[in-house]
Amino acid sequence: MSTTVEGAEARRTSPRHEQRRKGLNAGQGRRALFLVAPTVVLLGVVIVYPLVKAIFLSFQNDSGLDKATGMFVEGGFAGVDNYKHWLLAQCGTATGTSTCPPGNIGSLFWPALGVTVFFTVVSVAIEVVLGLWFATIMNRVFRGRGLVRAAILVPWAIPTAVTAKLWFFIFAYDGIANHLLGFVGVDPLLWTGDTWPSRFAVIFADVWKTTPFMALLILAGLQLIGSDVYEAAQIDGASRWQTFTRITLPMIKVPLMVAILFRTLDVLRIFDLPYILTGGGGGSGHATTTLSILVIKQIREGFHSASALSTIVFLVIALVAFLFIRFGGADVVQRPPKGKRGEKPVLPKNATVESTVEGN
Amino acid sequence: MAQQKRRRRVHAVLAAAAAVALTTAGCGGGSSSDSNSAAQGADSRGPITFVTGKDNSNVWSATIEKWNAAHPNEKVTLKEQSDQADQQHDDIVQHMQAKDPSYDIVTTDVVWTAEFAAKGWLVPLKDKFALDTSKLLKPTVAAATYNGTLYAAPFASDGGMLYYRKDLVPTPPKTLDEMWGMCSIAKKKNMGCYAGQFAKYEGLTVNAAEAINTAGGKIVDDQGKPTVDSPESVKGLQMLADHYKNGDIPKEAITFQEEQGRQAFESGKLLFLRNWPYVYNLAKTDGSSVVKDKFAVAPLPGVSGPGASSLGGHSEGIGAYSKHKATAFDFLKFIEEDAQQKFFMEKGSLAPVVASMYDDPALVAKAPYLPTLKTSIENAVPRPVTPFYPAVTTAIEDNAYAAMKGDKPVDQAIKDMQSAIASASH
Repeated sequence: MSTTVEGAEARRTSPRHEQRRKGLNAGQGRRALFLVAPTVVLLGVVIVYPLVKAIFLSFQNDSGLDKATGMFVEGGFAGVDNYKHWLLAQCGTATGTSTCPPGNIGSLFWPALGVTVFFTVVSVAIEVVLGLWFATIMNRVFRGRGLVRAAILVPWAIPTAVTAKLWFFIFAYDGIANHLLGFVGVDPLLWTGDTWPSRFAVIFADVWKTTPFMALLILAGLQLIGSDVYEAAQIDGASRWQTFTRITLPMIKVPLMVAILFRTLDVLRIFDLPYILTGGGGGSGHATTTLSILVIKQIREGFHSASALSTIVFLVIALVAFLFIRFGGADVVQRPPKGKRGEKPVLPKNATVESTVEGN
Repeated sequence: MAQQKRRRRVHAVLAAAAAVALTTAGCGGGSSSDSNSAAQGADSRGPITFVTGKDNSNVWSATIEKWNAAHPNEKVTLKEQSDQADQQHDDIVQHMQAKDPSYDIVTTDVVWTAEFAAKGWLVPLKDKFALDTSKLLKPTVAAATYNGTLYAAPFASDGGMLYYRKDLVPTPPKTLDEMWGMCSIAKKKNMGCYAGQFAKYEGLTVNAAEAINTAGGKIVDDQGKPTVDSPESVKGLQMLADHYKNGDIPKEAITFQEEQGRQAFESGKLLFLRNWPYVYNLAKTDGSSVVKDKFAVAPLPGVSGPGASSLGGHSEGIGAYSKHKATAFDFLKFIEEDAQQKFFMEKGSLAPVVASMYDDPALVAKAPYLPTLKTSIENAVPRPVTPFYPAVTTAIEDNAYAAMKGDKPVDQAIKDMQSAIASASH
């Protein structure tokens, strides 16, 4: 939180600050460097090195067999072959390259991307609607509010692996879900076997688990709207719908966008839930195979190719995050001085955004 | 200012997404065969470490105690891994990449042996380390042999058996045609006729390979080249697809792994079940089992005699970086002895690899399924022995699954299987 205060301070005293910065002597500069160094080194070790190494590995071939000895030998430089393998579904054969046959996971990149995007769009859309609804309820004053808030949090508190196993049993052929369907006269479904049931099983479990997260972030935004604004709207004769669309929504736009950003990135990387619930299967066998499941699968078959795939996934996610921040208004970065978007409520924004970052 | 703003944003994007790349980047590192390491320590003796998956039935601690009492200067230390096969595999890979000399003996699943051998991580069991395999069941030796050389000592085996309801089917079917013919009995009783492991996972590879091998097909040849595209293979897979379509294999069986099949059989919903020996004791004793005295086992049915089961089980290999390989080899010979093999069976229900054990009256009295299991293992065909096993099994699994569900014609699935196996090694 202190950064916000300093930021505000800097904004106000900007000219003097400039002056002082010029006036830093060599000793102060060195001390500053000394103080920042551990952070820079740590970030270098845990972020830059793995990233660069993964990109480096992605340009190497996976080790192949020496036909004479039957032993593995280093694959050597691959150029962009690994990327072609995924993006163009090109597989090596004895005579050159051809389209990857079904059963080679190189043929799965585009379907997996499609499945991942589908999960992201549908899950996040449902979560936003339900999250808004939950948050509105939790924001009211009524008896037992504490209990409701705690109850809504329960799914979020359960580890995803446990959630996934839980839904695995619920969606088993003779599980609760099919029993309930039986009561309304519907034939039992192969929840983990058929294309759409398996996809919706994953979405159902994901929504169940993460709606509380959405609701909490939105609730934090709602609580910063003063009751006087609503009173004024009431006096002006605004309808409930007008109050919601003209006051509530604009006021919570920033926390809402941040919540959507986090959830979108989460679902784009989703692994544990579909992996445990359906094993990536369903339909013709890949109805719930997401990009991350594909990466993990590939690691066992050769990690140079897996590095290429994870680099592609990284770029896809980076692009989505960038678009969100650039055009969606999910401003997770501290605004620099003299930011142009003065029309937005300043305080709620910074407060919410930072607490989100810390809470995650 | 605008530039600074943009730069900050780019940094944030990078930071936000970098975590994704972290998941795989840590696994880097190359692999190369090190021809010198196999020779090093060949004659030397001393304390060694024995690496195996979780010792749930305590067979290893007792066996090792016995060895240690007789070999005070060549003590064996037990290192237990997790009880998950994938984690055991990855643990061995990491230690071998790090050239860990303390991985003297490693336990490998039958399907990993070729990969570890081709990476140069296992000492070939020839010359100085030649192991006498004359008493062992042949398929168990074949599964541990890569490129004509034995790389690991089989220690426990496993094979599929046909569990059947003896109250409804007095004589078990000897051939597949007989078995499918008996499905009318199941239909009358309103129960499923046959199930195996048909969910899309390793179990499907096992079951599809059995259907293909039983019909006379062959998935790969001795050089690891795909040979699955044959009329016989089509016939084998077609059988599964047809009987899934006509309901002899109930529709929920497409989601069955071992356990779901066992539960269905125990609750009386299945006439025939293909499963491993572990089901036998559970189905006899489980509180929820309604078939306790109503079932028996038979060899998997084939075209005219027993079918070709896929082979399960584990072998023991000597780590290439071990410093005391002579001791490690002695320990391998020790676990192949009758006394130890018998103990593994009695204490841990681990199917012996020594053929004569299956005729031991004391053991048969305790585990009446042993003679059936022997037939199963004697007729077993190992799953493809190839260093690219993970890719090969995906090729089999994916295409067999699509064929069974009727998503594509069987002959197309077999063709795709052939090209996918071929592309695995490139």
